[in-house]
Amino acid sequence: MNSSVQHDSPEQGLRGAVDDWSSDQDAFKKVPWGKAMMWIFLLSDTFIFTSFLTGYMTVRMSTTVDWPIPSEVFALTVFGVHVPLLLIALMTFILITSSGTMAMAVNYGYRRDRNKTFWLMMATCFCGVCFVGMQAIEWTKLIEEGVRPWTNPMGAAQFGASFFMITGFHGLHVSIGVIYLAIVAFKVRRGDYEKKGNYEIVEIAGLYWHFVDLVWVFIFALFYLW
Amino acid sequence: MSATHTEDHQQHPIGIYFKIWILLFVISTLSYMVDYLEFQGYLRWSLILIFMILKAGLIVSVFMHMMWERLALIYAILLPPLCLFVLIGLMSIEADYTFLMRFIYFDIS
Repeated sequence: MNSSVQHDSPEQGLRGAVDDWSSDQDAFKKVPWGKAMMWIFLLSDTFIFTSFLTGYMTVRMSTTVDWPIPSEVFALTVFGVHVPLLLIALMTFILITSSGTMAMAVNYGYRRDRNKTFWLMMATCFCGVCFVGMQAIEWTKLIEEGVRPWTNPMGAAQFGASFFMITGFHGLHVSIGVIYLAIVAFKVRRGDYEKKGNYEIVEIAGLYWHFVDLVWVFIFALFYLW
Repeated sequence: MSATHTEDHQQHPIGIYFKIWILLFVISTLSYMVDYLEFQGYLRWSLILIFMILKAGLIVSVFMHMMWERLALIYAILLPPLCLFVLIGLMSIEADYTFLMRFIYFDIS
């Protein structure tokens, strides 16, 4: 409030540093702090996932052993028909659907429609659980075929390391997201945000969820399709 | 502050999310078809990258509301990842070099 006093005689040393950082400056106008902070967290997560994907690129480019063909590795036989990459395609569609329901939940949150927000968030959680379940099936299948982080009967050993690292980290994000969304959804239904009428928390949770979908877009393109 | 913000967001009709959802489904199907129809080489890689960038752009701009944010936030979030291209570039040079060394010194038969 008395910012003019601070500017006239700025404190020195550590106290001054704290004052400077906490002065009433607002770079992101009309953006609530929770949302700005979530965006900054997502930015840091972008760096983590890009580092993983760059690591994968490096080992795939530098190996002298043939890389396994993902569309063969992840193929399924359904009713006697051999379909390449079927499970991964289904997982992609499920995650996109969950992103769609989440976007609508945010919209209904701002309209203060608690019931619709709750059920749309629950639908999002359900899709997330399906996704993690399918990933568990996929991991089981590969582990049974003898794929390990350090070896791989189908070719380059680095395939196993990249696969478990990247999909494992992404699956962990989805699992945490499901818990996070479920907590927010129950708080919405209980009416915790009614007093202030502020449903920004739904949008912030939604940002995290959309990011998980966004990361999958890159994993799907660069790991499974490449 | 939050009141005006809430009003900003009530202005988007729900229909836009349906449209983007369907669009994402279509693009995902197309990128799956790239694999299913067994396109190879540069055609495959460029199609994969185009569909990937389209999907990522739609998710960030519409689902994550980036197209309705102020430029200060857009720049703060979208510009820093560009430096990752430096990492990707350096690592691809490094990977090429490692491959060459392995090719020369490993006993590949």
